[in-house]
Amino acid sequence: MTLLSWTRRTVLAMGAALALSPLAAPLAASAQTPEGVLIVGQVAEPKSLDPAAVTAVNDFRILVNLYEGLTRYKPGTLEVAPGLATSWVVSEDGTEYTFKLREGVTFHDGTPFNAEAVKFNFDRMLKEDHSFHNTGPFPLAFFFSSVTETTAVDDLTVKFTLSAPYAPFLSNLAYPTGLIVSPAAVEAGGADYGRSPVGTGPFKFVEWRANEAVVVERYEDYWGEKAGTQAVVFRPIEDANTRTAEMIAGGIDMMVEVPPTSLSQFSGDGFTVAEQAGPHVWFLILNAKEGPFADKRVRQAANYAINKEALVNDVLEGTAEVAAGPTPPAFAWAYNSDLEPYPYDPEKAKALLAEAGAEGASLTFYVTEGGSGMLDPVAMGTAIQADLAAVGLDVKIETYEWNTFLGNVNPGLEGKADMAEMAWMTNDPDTLPYLALRTDAWPDKGGFNSGYYSNAEVDALLEEARTAVDQGKRAELYKKMQAIVQEDAPWVFVANWKQNAVTSNRVEGFELEPSFLLSLQNVVKK
Amino acid sequence: MGAYILKRLAAAIPVMIGVSVLVFFIMAMIPGDPATAILGSYATPENVEKLNRDLGLDKPLVARYFIWLGNMLTGDFGRSYSQNKPVIDEVMGRFGNTLILAGVAFVLCAVLGILAGVISAARQYGFADKAITFVVLIGISIPSFFLGMILIILFALKWKLFPVSGMYLIYGGGGLADLANHLVLPASALAVVATGVIARLSRSAMLEVLRQDFIRTARAKGVGERRVIMGHALKAAMVSIIPVLGIQAGFVISGAVYIEMVFDWPGIGQMLVNAIRQRDVLLVQGGVVVVAACYVLFNIVVDVAQGMLDPRIKT
Repeated sequence: MTLLSWTRRTVLAMGAALALSPLAAPLAASAQTPEGVLIVGQVAEPKSLDPAAVTAVNDFRILVNLYEGLTRYKPGTLEVAPGLATSWVVSEDGTEYTFKLREGVTFHDGTPFNAEAVKFNFDRMLKEDHSFHNTGPFPLAFFFSSVTETTAVDDLTVKFTLSAPYAPFLSNLAYPTGLIVSPAAVEAGGADYGRSPVGTGPFKFVEWRANEAVVVERYEDYWGEKAGTQAVVFRPIEDANTRTAEMIAGGIDMMVEVPPTSLSQFSGDGFTVAEQAGPHVWFLILNAKEGPFADKRVRQAANYAINKEALVNDVLEGTAEVAAGPTPPAFAWAYNSDLEPYPYDPEKAKALLAEAGAEGASLTFYVTEGGSGMLDPVAMGTAIQADLAAVGLDVKIETYEWNTFLGNVNPGLEGKADMAEMAWMTNDPDTLPYLALRTDAWPDKGGFNSGYYSNAEVDALLEEARTAVDQGKRAELYKKMQAIVQEDAPWVFVANWKQNAVTSNRVEGFELEPSFLLSLQNVVKK
Repeated sequence: MGAYILKRLAAAIPVMIGVSVLVFFIMAMIPGDPATAILGSYATPENVEKLNRDLGLDKPLVARYFIWLGNMLTGDFGRSYSQNKPVIDEVMGRFGNTLILAGVAFVLCAVLGILAGVISAARQYGFADKAITFVVLIGISIPSFFLGMILIILFALKWKLFPVSGMYLIYGGGGLADLANHLVLPASALAVVATGVIARLSRSAMLEVLRQDFIRTARAKGVGERRVIMGHALKAAMVSIIPVLGIQAGFVISGAVYIEMVFDWPGIGQMLVNAIRQRDVLLVQGGVVVVAACYVLFNIVVDVAQGMLDPRIKT
């Protein structure tokens, strides 16, 4: 009997303790995020805050608030505008770029921003004998591989000499890889510079608590308009469901990359959902070298047979738009708006297949489990398989984990597969077609043309566009290229992803950029 | 006892070498390499080769193993590519967080599990026994990550009693109270399954002991029931409960992987999942070696403790 009564007492006591313990907690648990401090839910811990050393969009989102480049993207577009350089002159032959730098700009550590600082940045990244080249590796340094020399002409003039004309140079300078770091801070930090970054941007770095948060604060001596919030805290929350739960609970003020299926959670008054189509394209590489897709009609048939509207609206819940061609509409100046996406027309697909004698062909389809910009690749792959089955094509799916997938696809599909999923996010209309559609970009030549598409006219247009200095001229060439590529159908053009973000109703002045970068300078937190 | 401990420690050395060989060659065998993972879309053969060279991954496999092993013996675990800092700093920081979570969960499941088992056994076939058996069955059957999500929905979103995720308040947090507040949900979710297992095994261990002669003798001598159960029977039953605790401690640490993902707890499980995804070879290897060393050590401690309780084992 003693045991029972003792137990009852214990159970009662424990029950009471359990019931009371939350009473002590609510104070902390329901605490709202503080005023003037914006807390951003990120998808991962940054690798480094050294812009030359990182490749992930997740890291770029922090960097663009700490640093600035010589150029930047004009808000709401992917057009290049003055940044730390106020103006520039390009030589007749397109191989010399001379920049006039902004006066009176200082890094957060108080050192001046000048031509020597710019030279230091590019030499560090590009010259193997530079004394701070060992603060790398710099995986995206090839963005500037055409630069042979950086010269400080005078204190506020810097000149880049290129080995050959390279039109994307200006927009590469606006890309995070071109952001300017403080030479003094690199000299002080060495290999650990990436954990105590110093730039010229509207926010300055305060602290990085490993796996917990990166804190930045308004830079009071900023040359332009000062930031709207006192501080921003970037918090990594890797699981998308947990990120969503934190957003609902009020633990964060803003979250990026909301899973499509969670969007409906934020339809209420307390939240604002922002969406912005970006320079992203999701497509299927078709093996044009061998098998059924060597015939253009079969490639076109695949474009007709796949119901892209359904993919975008049902599988992706409206978080993407149907793609018409190889260039995303976000590159407004270079996009051929006359192109209409291939309509969903299974009858036409069947007719084309019959014409080409490819009815009932068996196809191998590489699908990935996930990966940067791949959206919902397994569900999309399955839906595509079903659409192709409906026109009589027998598609066998092989699924790979992302790194394995890249290892299979990048060396080329020959002898392995007929089609493969792929997605790219770029910063210039040159990048993707130049790396993935030219004859000289076949995998054996070091490119990404894994489906072996080849069209001499497209090759010529792309080479010419890359060396043309005038943007109007470039636009014309890209538009022509898009029309030819759409007709040739080396890919099935599927979707352009819309990046999304949710903010609470305490956040004002937030806009998503087509560049997918996250500028927080004008954001106000109440 | 001293010689026994030394013998066990010596036997751990080949185990650790085996672990290092396994993790090294498994990481070398899985497809994809760090350079491809870092470069993503831009992984041209040329770029990959250059980056691999910069990362020191162009040497032959066996040579790399011995370089790694040699460095590790001097305490140098290398530098993580994905975190851009020394592997050992990241691993120790993360493992410390996991131990906090797993430690609290382990204390919870050990105390509650043994208590439930003892009550069940003392009241065999009574109401308390049936109720506990029922609850335990449910506890064992619910996957912990699912339970974690349910706890978040109920206690964090609906009733707003506890924070959703993380270890400390992100701004103006810190301190023990803040930590405890963040621990309640993940530690409970993590403890549930192990509590069930321990309760079941404690019950049967207790029942077996309660049938023995010395218990009858104790009762006959007029020892109070509470002392018979807690003093005589439990002490004897602990000999079979402690190895179970040792095994469950292992399960609690490995179960922490899911729980850390669900509750965004910055522990070593979460770190390993990401490191594997990013092919951060040195970080995976360092993490696995440290965790394995702790497992081995923990097993030795359990065995020694068992030896202390039951003199028959000590040989």
